[in-house]
Amino acid sequence: MTKNVQSIERAAAVLRSLARAPDGQGVVELAKSLGLPKGTTHGIVRTLQAVGFADQDRRTGRYHLGASLLDLGNSYLDTNELRACAINWSDPLASRTGAAVRVGRLIHGHVMIVHHVFRPDDTVQVLEVGASMPSHATALGKVLLAFDPTAVGSLEGESLPIHTHRTVVERTELVAELGRIRERGWASEREEYSIGEAGIAAPIRDNGGLVVAAVGIAGTPRTLFPTGVPLASLVSQVVATADAISREVGGRRS
Amino acid sequence: MAIDQGTTSTRCILFDHGGRLVSVAQREHRQHYPRPGWVEHDAVEIWRNVRRIVPEALAQAGATPADVVGVGIANQRETTVLWDRRTGTPVGHAVVWQDTRTDTLIERYAEEHGHQGFVERCGLPLATYFSAPKIRWLLDHDKVVREKAQTGEVLFGTMETWLIWNLTGGPDGGVHVTDVTNASRTMLMDIAALSWDDELLEAFQVPRAMLPEIRSSAEVYGVATEVLPGVRIGAAMGDQQAALFGQTCFGAGEAKCTYGTGSFLLMNTGEQPVFSKHGLITTVGYRIGDSAPTYALEGSIAVTGSLVQWFRDGLGLIDSAPEIETLARSVDDNGGCYIVPAFSGLFAPHWRSEARGLMIGLTSYITSGHIARAILEATSWQTREVVDAMFSDSGIALRALKVDGGMTSNNLLMQGIADVLDVPVERPMVSETVSLGAAYAAGLAVGYWPEFPGLKRNWHRAARWMPDMEPARREREYANWRRAVTRTFGWIQPEAEPPRSTAR
Repeated sequence: MTKNVQSIERAAAVLRSLARAPDGQGVVELAKSLGLPKGTTHGIVRTLQAVGFADQDRRTGRYHLGASLLDLGNSYLDTNELRACAINWSDPLASRTGAAVRVGRLIHGHVMIVHHVFRPDDTVQVLEVGASMPSHATALGKVLLAFDPTAVGSLEGESLPIHTHRTVVERTELVAELGRIRERGWASEREEYSIGEAGIAAPIRDNGGLVVAAVGIAGTPRTLFPTGVPLASLVSQVVATADAISREVGGRRS
Repeated sequence: MAIDQGTTSTRCILFDHGGRLVSVAQREHRQHYPRPGWVEHDAVEIWRNVRRIVPEALAQAGATPADVVGVGIANQRETTVLWDRRTGTPVGHAVVWQDTRTDTLIERYAEEHGHQGFVERCGLPLATYFSAPKIRWLLDHDKVVREKAQTGEVLFGTMETWLIWNLTGGPDGGVHVTDVTNASRTMLMDIAALSWDDELLEAFQVPRAMLPEIRSSAEVYGVATEVLPGVRIGAAMGDQQAALFGQTCFGAGEAKCTYGTGSFLLMNTGEQPVFSKHGLITTVGYRIGDSAPTYALEGSIAVTGSLVQWFRDGLGLIDSAPEIETLARSVDDNGGCYIVPAFSGLFAPHWRSEARGLMIGLTSYITSGHIARAILEATSWQTREVVDAMFSDSGIALRALKVDGGMTSNNLLMQGIADVLDVPVERPMVSETVSLGAAYAAGLAVGYWPEFPGLKRNWHRAARWMPDMEPARREREYANWRRAVTRTFGWIQPEAEPPRSTAR
């Protein structure tokens, strides 16, 4: 078993101590009660304050448990609020790339479409909001699986459902690909779900860096993979859009 | 480039040849409430904001004024500013369209003249929104200003006029013009002849010398000397008309609705003005250079987004506006509950100022989810009432509704509107339709785009909701809604008028 991280243990002790003190605690008091050097205690409590887990009373200088700690268990991002955050950034992405844009999140191992912008060619298209797509065969799904530590385990069966001859069905192969996606920060897929379709997607994160959704473009292999690999300019536009939506998600109600 | 001078902020947006957004800069201005019912803006602050945001938008795009082919202005309508021609200094603050200080003046006009004469001449019913009563009020309250207005030393303008005058040099040769869409909101313009009307000027005691020249919505009014030196000013339009143009509603029967705090539905009615028997407003949609003007009918819905805000802030049942959709989807229907948000009476097509809002059909079965549904449905049914009124006035049936504004991110609402109207509802790729309309008109004026039907090729559908409701159910629900509406009538009685708050 690996050794515990000492600074996290100490931070937890600081939080427990604050939780027991209805009037809050000053740094000296905290340091004494935990048997830590004052400088170390100060560093810990200031860091906790910076992430919102501790608040300092400006009048007395004493520390209390932070308000955002109370929200920790229920910091749920509403699906419709996610769409409202995404709408102003996904329209320009569709308009610049000429591709359809989808925003999705992981529900019971599948990608649920939260927002859909039509491909800007005015052909007949159907709004897919509320529809579900397989996570292992789509770019959106792979991003969501890659950044969710428990998700791959939740996919049922030894081998995964096959959709085309390109679908990754071996669990080990998928896990290896998810590792590469985590490293580079985006995912792509070519004809793994449907022949004639390809996708590029990137993660949407909340303030703390937690991946809450993914945004991606969908188009033909020829437009997205003109030389056999995902077009770099498209990848950078998808990643930039995901970052912009992340900022919007993080900035809400602040 | 478009400058969208709105009620709460001013935005500058650069577009490319495909009508795609390149950069945006925005700045809010202060709202002044000197007395209950009064709303004012500082026109100097707004001009200062323009001087800041234009260079910001250029810098974001890595552009200089030399890269800008033309600038178009879209603006909050009816807001009235008077200023000194020689110094460029405004006479006090601008009186904003929402300001109701002229309510007693309007009552007096209604008693003395009646509404009908005004509607036939200028297309508008007597109301505090429009510029003429605001000008009259300002001139009545300062004898010196009235004298200077008579000699043309004090000028009148709505916001586009103020900005164009300043952009073209202000006291040093500034061009004093307005466009037909803005002039059509003053109550001073003959809606058929498109010129200032002597009888209306007389009725409101507005001297002709203070008025700007009425021009089309898209022509080169002048070349900027300030902020954008050398750039041609090619368009001006009221914001809702600009949205109609930006949504490329170029044919009779095409309509757009902007869903915000309140909502504005405009339908293109072609080259002839259609006068409404249902209290809709007849307005100029746009006029491109020398071509014939295009008219529109306008219906406004006072309470739409603000009803969701009330649900969030007044009732506290949700934390953010988008969550209303989540709550509404927790149930399958309204459970028999209807909400009529007649918070300050009912507007088009009912025009009942004594009506007040109600929630009806309550049983112990009703949950917050049903109420959330009823709130969204109130916006759909109010849209339906305006569309029905437009049909009976114009005889033109709506084939599709183009939508924009913040509430278009609500899928349940958009589907609901398609269901009750029984036509497709379409959202465009560029949500900044007001700015896009102004940019399109300016681009046409300077030849950046050769002809305007071609602009339709730039309009792309971002989403479309198809009607999916059984006709029998639609009729049943509409009948219920109408019954709920009639029950709001007559609530406020003259002696029961709530006491008015007094000035602090």
